[in-house]
Amino acid sequence: MSDEARDIPKEPSMLRQKELVGGYFDRLSRAREDGKKVVYTFVPGNLTELLAAFDVIPVLPEINALQSGIRKKSGAYVLEAEKLGHSEDVCTYVKSDIGMLRTGVGPTGQPIPEPDLLLLSYTGCYTFMKWFELLKEQFPRAEIAMLHIPYQGDGEITEDMKKYVSDQMRNEVIPKLEKLTGTKYDEDKLRSHLELSAKAEDDLVWVWESAKNHPSPIDGYFGGVFYIGPIFTAFRGTQAGVDYYRLLRDEVEQRVATKEGPITPVGQLNEQRYRIVVEGPPNWTSFRDFWSMFAAEGAVCVASTYTRVGGLYDQGFRHDPTRPLETLGEYCMGCYTNLELPLRSKLIAKYVKEYDADGFICHSVKSCNSFSAGQLLILRDVERQTGVPGGFVESDLVDPRYFSPANIKNRLESYFQMLEQKRAGGARAREARP
Amino acid sequence: MTNACYVGIDLGSTTTKSVVLDDCGAILGRGITNSRSNYDVACEIARNEALIDAQMSRLRNAFGGHPVLGEHAKVLGPALERSFRWRQHVRQLESLSRFCFEFAGDSDDLQNVLVEIVDEMRNEADSLYSGLAGTHRQSEFFRDIAGAQFQRLAEQRASARTLPYDTIVGVFDRAIIKVENEEDDLTFEGNAQAALARSLARYAKTTEEVRDAAQQVMQALLDQPPEVRCSVGTGYGRARLPFPKSQIRSEILCHGLGAHAMFPNTRTVLDIGGQDTKAIQVDGDGIVTSFQMNDRCAAGCGRYLGYIADEMNLGVHELGPLAQTSKRHVRISSTCTVFAGAELRERLSLGEKREDILAGLHRAIILRAMSILARSGGVEEEFTFTGGVAHNEAAVASLRDLIQENYGERTLNISPDSIYMGALGAALFAKREADQVLAGDETAAPEAEATA
Repeated sequence: MSDEARDIPKEPSMLRQKELVGGYFDRLSRAREDGKKVVYTFVPGNLTELLAAFDVIPVLPEINALQSGIRKKSGAYVLEAEKLGHSEDVCTYVKSDIGMLRTGVGPTGQPIPEPDLLLLSYTGCYTFMKWFELLKEQFPRAEIAMLHIPYQGDGEITEDMKKYVSDQMRNEVIPKLEKLTGTKYDEDKLRSHLELSAKAEDDLVWVWESAKNHPSPIDGYFGGVFYIGPIFTAFRGTQAGVDYYRLLRDEVEQRVATKEGPITPVGQLNEQRYRIVVEGPPNWTSFRDFWSMFAAEGAVCVASTYTRVGGLYDQGFRHDPTRPLETLGEYCMGCYTNLELPLRSKLIAKYVKEYDADGFICHSVKSCNSFSAGQLLILRDVERQTGVPGGFVESDLVDPRYFSPANIKNRLESYFQMLEQKRAGGARAREARP
Repeated sequence: MTNACYVGIDLGSTTTKSVVLDDCGAILGRGITNSRSNYDVACEIARNEALIDAQMSRLRNAFGGHPVLGEHAKVLGPALERSFRWRQHVRQLESLSRFCFEFAGDSDDLQNVLVEIVDEMRNEADSLYSGLAGTHRQSEFFRDIAGAQFQRLAEQRASARTLPYDTIVGVFDRAIIKVENEEDDLTFEGNAQAALARSLARYAKTTEEVRDAAQQVMQALLDQPPEVRCSVGTGYGRARLPFPKSQIRSEILCHGLGAHAMFPNTRTVLDIGGQDTKAIQVDGDGIVTSFQMNDRCAAGCGRYLGYIADEMNLGVHELGPLAQTSKRHVRISSTCTVFAGAELRERLSLGEKREDILAGLHRAIILRAMSILARSGGVEEEFTFTGGVAHNEAAVASLRDLIQENYGERTLNISPDSIYMGALGAALFAKREADQVLAGDETAAPEAEATA
């Protein structure tokens, strides 16, 4: 474990989460001995239940990159990829992954098996396509299955879009999985996984929404990334996933009852001065420092869009076992970064209001166009809709060179002081005139 | 009027500034020094300078309103200040001399040249602070004044074969760092009477009556030293200050409030500092409603101009006037501080004129600031430009043009105190904190705790 990860105090559910994730990497490292097939795919719009129905193990390259980031390994991987000719401007998740794969081991130091299939189930991020092209070059024997996901450019998912996606699943994805595993598609098996998904999703939504309490019992951004770990990765649609979310919910229910806040790197945050909504993914290489900059100011993140990239469950979506392929298609099209900008603004504004937030902060990530393009427009739009001022900080996902602590701390402190000043009203400023 | 005062300190990346306010919130004193990578010393010096300046202001006022001294105040006030600066200068010169000899080693040639240079610098000290020289030159920092003298004198004595220029100046470079990091104990209280005696001795119209009156006024002032009720710190080095959290403010808030205090109709503030550029929107009460800063890259900030000046072997203050003589702008694509030298040399090698390149560079800086302004919400009426770069007329001219092009007619406010705007805002916050304590708000921290 890295110092970074070791230093963060853990809630019991975080320890369980760590066990789950550790178990997943163990399983992955034994995949070849266990005769399991390995499918590389991405978090947004992942088809975990379908993969589970074929009993294959997913590998999520972004998760490997962020795990490498939090373990302080990504910097070297990024440099390795740059040595291979990848430009400084390329997504650092990609470069971390490329660099890591050359070492033959994953973020935990265990081997990562080569892919048998590259399953691209979300195309809203153009980089994903290029990323898999690179992986195909590196692993020429791997098959490719591509699911083209239409962007919600008009702010809705139409019947045609749904049919387009589910047809691709039937005609492209399932036949390739059948061929890979030599197993016939079993829809009942898929349904049973989807049923388990929906159960876990109910508890996850309850946990997210617990942040509407004062004080908030959770940090819905920094703490939130621990909470979403299992459901973003290999544990959606599994009993282990259901059990984890039940445990998490029990833990949070306790804190609601005792009016306690979440555990943060600077201690338990019971006195919460600022309730903040955050847009954009976290920085992983300085995760603890970044979180501390919020917590030290008494800022708790009550909601975040990053925790919704694996599914907008709090907006009503549930995996529906009665419509297995259609529900998966809707899931892929409904992921947060597949929303048009006005929908994203509307969602953030909704969070600001529903979670009684004092402010919202955009974390603009150099590496990620999917998230960062248009964030300044979102910022102004949300300000207009809510009357609440927005803050803006910039860094990167896993390239440590792009996290400038002094600059970010300065901006965050300025932002929180601005909220304080606004809260105190104009009277004091008037008194202070020379 | 009481002797209560409030101190704001802005620990910037390049310079540390301090402002002292009186009990009515009016500026009483200003202090500035280079941050010299040692915020503790810089803070102490800037604060001390501002307090000295505040006492000088009080003294000038007292002289001005005095029945005997009134007619002499216009001469005696500035003379006293020059005397004080001269004492500071001589004291620092002695330190410099001590460290130079320490670093010179055993070389007789070098030691002898240093003796000559230091003697010459001592001889020049008087004229530096004579009435003709005035008290305000382009840089008042000892480093700059002594550095220019030392380089000139070293150049005259250097010999490429036996004692190269770089060897001599290398001693200065090492010594000046030591001098700058010594704490300055030249307080007003400890040196005022001596400085006054020197001024009176040199003033042709000094009579017994004038001398007595001046000494009495001085003593009265010394008997009632300024009582600092509260200090607030801001700027990049603010975390170094031994202040409780309530006495630390972000420079965004301080620049916003400072600009509002100077120009109450301000709605947009642009601050170009040494290492960052900030665009701030404030409401009618000076409360920040939105802001944007440059990211971790300091491209296009004040430090960039510093590099350019070094590359051109000019003082920073000379860049603007030279750029203003340009008849055409060279288009400069990069405001990257690191690449500044390369870009400059390339343009020179293409035969471009220095003034045209400089005009282009200033425009490039302002273009970058325009982008940050746009991100913060644009430029509203009125618009106030703060920070050291606001004194650069070429930057201001480019800003005027680009604001006009992009936003139309806007009132552009620039205060002669623009470099002190952050410290002024901090001092206003200090006054606010102290007022809260007086009003019985226990959450506000008094100065006793702050300076403990």
